[in-house]
Amino acid sequence: MINKIVQSVAEALAGVKDGSTVLIGGFGSVGQPDVLIEGLIEQGAKDLVAVLNNAGVGRIGVARLMELGRVRKIICSFPRSSDPVVFETLYREGRIELEITPQGTLAERIRAAGAGIPAFYTATAAGTLLERGKEVREFDGKRYVMERALPGDVALIEAWEADRWGNLVYRGSGANFNPVMAMAATLTVAQVQHIRELGALHPHMIMTPGVYVNRVVQVDRGGDWVTPEQA
Amino acid sequence: MPFTRDQMAARLATDVPEGWCVNLGIGIPTLVANHVQGKEVIFQSENGVIGMGPAPAKGHEDPWLINAGKQLVTLAKGASFVGHADSFAMIRGGHIDLCVLGAFEVAENGDLANWATSENDTAPAVGGAMDLAAGAKRLWVVMEHTTKDGRPKLVERCGYPLTGLACVRRVYTNLAVIDVLPEKGFMLVDLAPGVTLDELRAKSGAAIHAN
Repeated sequence: MINKIVQSVAEALAGVKDGSTVLIGGFGSVGQPDVLIEGLIEQGAKDLVAVLNNAGVGRIGVARLMELGRVRKIICSFPRSSDPVVFETLYREGRIELEITPQGTLAERIRAAGAGIPAFYTATAAGTLLERGKEVREFDGKRYVMERALPGDVALIEAWEADRWGNLVYRGSGANFNPVMAMAATLTVAQVQHIRELGALHPHMIMTPGVYVNRVVQVDRGGDWVTPEQA
Repeated sequence: MPFTRDQMAARLATDVPEGWCVNLGIGIPTLVANHVQGKEVIFQSENGVIGMGPAPAKGHEDPWLINAGKQLVTLAKGASFVGHADSFAMIRGGHIDLCVLGAFEVAENGDLANWATSENDTAPAVGGAMDLAAGAKRLWVVMEHTTKDGRPKLVERCGYPLTGLACVRRVYTNLAVIDVLPEKGFMLVDLAPGVTLDELRAKSGAAIHAN
């Protein structure tokens, strides 16, 4: 019997090693695996490379992980936020490395890793500061930049529902980076709000097939939402 | 009287035809959505919302439904969700009819600078701007004509780091609507009420052609 459901956050994060590249889903607070990030803080792995869209807000979550000195490098598209205090301090003091990647290039680098493509060419960033150090090539008279795939050792993702096969259904705009990151890591861990019986999730609704998922942990995010249809 | 921010957005909206798929950047561009009433326009948000509706009424907010500016939004009838890889494939693959962005500078060759204020910017935040500049079918900029301290934002060559090369087709400012034509540069489309061509030229850092 296939059963990817684990009983605790600690079990979900067991074995995450120092030096890991960790893909972290979410866009803003939507689709962010906040409980798994807290769990990673507890778990203790250090010297991490964090891959996510933003560089943390305030002093919680990823910002807390950085403040504790556990993140060696961050790869993101938008290191500003409403409150980027931790990242800006660390960056100014030279205690964290930053790799800026355009948001679509970030998603595509991760997708490429998941699809077995080592590198690809894109017009994004051609002729800008962000093409520096990268191979540039012309196709049909147009300039393109070569970008490398970006695989993770671990992906921490968030979904609305799962079953024991690890099939995932997202909610609202909560998919964002989660499905593509699920494809691209050696160990993909999902925090979900609801566990459903196998067969209960409609096949058309499953955006991430369980094949990409290794562990699922149900978390209580403190209450349920009422959807507009239910209201 | 020069246009207000809302009037700039409204003026731009009159040029958006029914049926286009449009991505709006943060700031004045976001206001464009309020002015397309009566036309079916599909608003794409790069976090994977294809077909955004208006802002939610109080009490009907869905915390799981945000746009790229992290604001709560609603869905239009016919809307769909995709993940980031698909959303940016839509952008980078040329499926967005129009992208509207703000800018620090636009050059007469169509170069756009809107993401970093120097090569040594402590932590420049590019987000999806370079993807949109490279991938959208057309890019219009909406911005104040000058900086807060009066320096022109329409220039011969951008001084700030570039977001995209030769990508801006049209600029909407508080003073005028201006096309960016290949080989030719800035060409006046029309002036805001009460603004003269001399005033416009005095506040621009590059030649403004007029027919």
